[in-house]
Amino acid sequence: MPAKYVIDTRPVPHRFEPVTKSGVIAWEEGCLKCAVCVKTRCIYNVYAHRGLHPRQMIDSIDNECMNCFRCIQSCPKELIHKSISPEFKELGDEYWSPNIIARLWYQAETGKIPVSGAGYPGPFSGAGFDSMWTDMSEIVRPTRDGIHGREYISTAVDIGRKPVCLSVDEEGRWRGEGIRIMDIPLPIIMKVPSFGSITDETVKGWGAAAERLGTLLALPKDRLGPEMNGLSRSLIPFLDDGMGRVGDLSGDFPFVECTATDSTPDLSAINRKIRRDAMMIVRLPLTKGIEERAMEQVKAGAFVLHIAGSMKGTYLDDDTLTLKEGILAVHRRLVDANLRERVTVLASGGLAMAEHVAKAMICGADAVYVDFPLLIALECRMCRRCTKGLPCPVSIEEAPRDWVALRTINLLGAWHNQLLEVMGAMGIRDARRIRGEVGRAMFFEDLDENTFGTLGELKEGYELE
Amino acid sequence: MSSMNDDKFPEVRETPSRFKNPIGKYRLHRTPDCTACGKCVEICRHGVHVAKRGMVLIKNAYRCMGPDCPDPCHKACPEKALSLKRNQDFDALGDFRWTADLLASNWHMAEFGRVPAAGLEYRTGNSGGGFDKLRMVLPKAEPGSAPETNHQEVDLSLDLNRRNDGAHRVRIRLPFYGGGMSYGSVSIHTILSRVRAAKALGTFCCTGEGGFPDELEPYSDHMITQVATGLFGVREETIQRVKIVEFKYAQGAKPGLGGHLLGDKVTPSVARMREAVVGYPLFSPFPFHSVYSVEDHKKHVDWIKAMNPKALVSVKVSTPTDVDMVAVGSYYAGAHIIHLDGSYGGTGAAPEIAKKNIAMPIEYAVPKVHRFLREEGVRDKITVIASGGLRTPHDIAKIIALGADGVCIGTADLVALECVRCHNCESGRGCARGIATTDPELEGQVDQDWGSQRIINMYLAWTKELTRLLKRLGMKSVQDLVGRTDCLIHLDYMKTKF
Repeated sequence: MPAKYVIDTRPVPHRFEPVTKSGVIAWEEGCLKCAVCVKTRCIYNVYAHRGLHPRQMIDSIDNECMNCFRCIQSCPKELIHKSISPEFKELGDEYWSPNIIARLWYQAETGKIPVSGAGYPGPFSGAGFDSMWTDMSEIVRPTRDGIHGREYISTAVDIGRKPVCLSVDEEGRWRGEGIRIMDIPLPIIMKVPSFGSITDETVKGWGAAAERLGTLLALPKDRLGPEMNGLSRSLIPFLDDGMGRVGDLSGDFPFVECTATDSTPDLSAINRKIRRDAMMIVRLPLTKGIEERAMEQVKAGAFVLHIAGSMKGTYLDDDTLTLKEGILAVHRRLVDANLRERVTVLASGGLAMAEHVAKAMICGADAVYVDFPLLIALECRMCRRCTKGLPCPVSIEEAPRDWVALRTINLLGAWHNQLLEVMGAMGIRDARRIRGEVGRAMFFEDLDENTFGTLGELKEGYELE
Repeated sequence: MSSMNDDKFPEVRETPSRFKNPIGKYRLHRTPDCTACGKCVEICRHGVHVAKRGMVLIKNAYRCMGPDCPDPCHKACPEKALSLKRNQDFDALGDFRWTADLLASNWHMAEFGRVPAAGLEYRTGNSGGGFDKLRMVLPKAEPGSAPETNHQEVDLSLDLNRRNDGAHRVRIRLPFYGGGMSYGSVSIHTILSRVRAAKALGTFCCTGEGGFPDELEPYSDHMITQVATGLFGVREETIQRVKIVEFKYAQGAKPGLGGHLLGDKVTPSVARMREAVVGYPLFSPFPFHSVYSVEDHKKHVDWIKAMNPKALVSVKVSTPTDVDMVAVGSYYAGAHIIHLDGSYGGTGAAPEIAKKNIAMPIEYAVPKVHRFLREEGVRDKITVIASGGLRTPHDIAKIIALGADGVCIGTADLVALECVRCHNCESGRGCARGIATTDPELEGQVDQDWGSQRIINMYLAWTKELTRLLKRLGMKSVQDLVGRTDCLIHLDYMKTKF
């Protein structure tokens, strides 16, 4: 058995005090100076650890508070209170929600998966991936010694050219195109986000993380600095200026990526320039009719497709349709045409939580690109000040590359472990097998209507409670 | 077990919060303009204001029902010395499923034994689907008629053995019992509070995985003992001691993942009970390593029956796509109870990815199982128990109308003991409020008499509310409601809009 894929994580402290959900307000006026103040009885020693953050001059108490409400409920003069922090509510937007951001910070800091007691606190369902549940298996288990055991669950996937059969000529030589795949141990490709206070240092940090994790970093060609040469086996340059103009691209890249155009991609021209046999990833912006455009590209010879949705996980031309629908449509169309096995389908846009990786794969993606979570791992608050030319509140541009790499590794380490949880529960031990396994998922649109669709008639003389 | 029915329900005894400052939805502020005229003391029916040594004080602000109050003190105050505003602390509580309103209304029920008269939404949460979008459809009430509800008028009892196979005849007086919370995950005081409430009300409470502490032996007739995959604390005598044995195949909060008790919680007493080593984390593997099929499962059931031939066997499973097949398989293997644990409940620590995403909500699973068992012709031979996110008497009525016979309660019991759902049960010494901890200092915060009475009060409020709903439906027994989806409307599919 090949060596087990383990992502080593270790705590990597944040550089700034994170914004927390609620704040503690403790009034001094009216204090009775009790012999034993409730603040001294905090079981988390919040008040004892309390300190002023030297750089930001803010009190650390909100970050330490665990919300048990004991001091609030015990102070004899009711001088201690909690309230929801307005700054927290302002984080991100309706998609990149404060809770998602806070959870990503936690994972990047600790490398651990978020665990909590007392049930699920969130909404019943939601748009996109929130409208599906993954299956579990009551009695089948994927391994004999648990999901973290010696006998492991593989999260490796293949990207590349996978002809359905091999053929040889009369002299026993390979005929036509053979198999050319790269397997990555994690179905996650890192991708430089479209905005952020990103410098060469940041990109080098991400590149180093990609190399350490054994995966890839996709980045616009103009982000390739000279110092990145040593990392080229872990990079996917994106040629956003069209295929003809490769420019000074040089390096040992396993893939290059460009946006699909009407013409067939001329891979050989690019390969001649970079003198390597790089594989082409064809990027398809996610718009209506994506499945037909995917078919055209595959018929024209493309074998790796990248379905690129909006940063909120929707179609670019219709935000009521989500990446989930886009992946399902492409997957099903390729299955119907008997072409699915030949093609690698990658997806990007709005992948914000580990569960999105598993769900995108269940819908039919072979692997996904992750972009903004890489930035949030570096304490980004998704405030978009950088897009307006304003300074970054957490100075991401000053973050040293080692810190960038370690925070990123922590985040993806936590995601890897969560993928193991989902696969373990499904009783599946190879990530390649969850691709397109829609039968092992439950969809809101099927279940809700089926269960409640007939519960709608209110007769005369009746009322609701 | 008819004797259970002859007993009277216990009395409600007012059992206030154990904290000095209970959290209410509103705050009242009194300015120095107050002349202590006593008007507010006189008009408030909830004892918010008290007169003391020539002064008038706000003593029980948490009882204030705010704008819903028919006689608002702040409007009646001749000096305009009172003002009302929302309590910020209240808004820092709660979540989509357990809103601050639901927490505060369960606290109200645990204190007073009745549902809040106004000011709090005690029936539904804010999750935007499932229970929170379902409504009971009731014949319009006659204007002016609000008869005092008496529990005894409607039969809420439930037979747990429908196989007629010579095992115990067990009838619980309420269509719910306490779900498994192990010794280790919660304190002995929490367990005893729940168990004593279960006994007083003629129902059951489950030990969870982790053994049967000696302190519970006097309550054996009201205990369900659990056999889970780790087999922690399972002994022949504990199996023989009880009337119901529960196999835990999976649990809704972490389906397919087994259990995990962190090392910090493995105190000497927990370690002794579980026959383990102090300070080491304990994993309950997934699944039972001896069960791969319904036939293997039958072997399991037979094993229990060999030790305790009269025991009822309950099978606790979570809700995969094929939950209906699992249920029918359990029936053929000899189970008396199929216990479906949906994905949104649970009390123990679990990965958040599992709680949110793995397996389906209970509102989908119950009708699916109910239909399948009926088509198989065995629905009346097995008791269907639902759990996983049931918070209110209305949730109970809704899930029964969707096809369950009864339900299993966990989180609500903890809320009655003043859980604030901070979700930190698993970290460090455990629950700061002394509920889900085995830390000797912290667990001392919960007194058993206080705890059991709080749970009794809450359950009594629930039974009154269930009785009221059933009476309005013209039903004599809660069993008449099983599978009556015509008593439900889902707001997203409603045709007559108001």
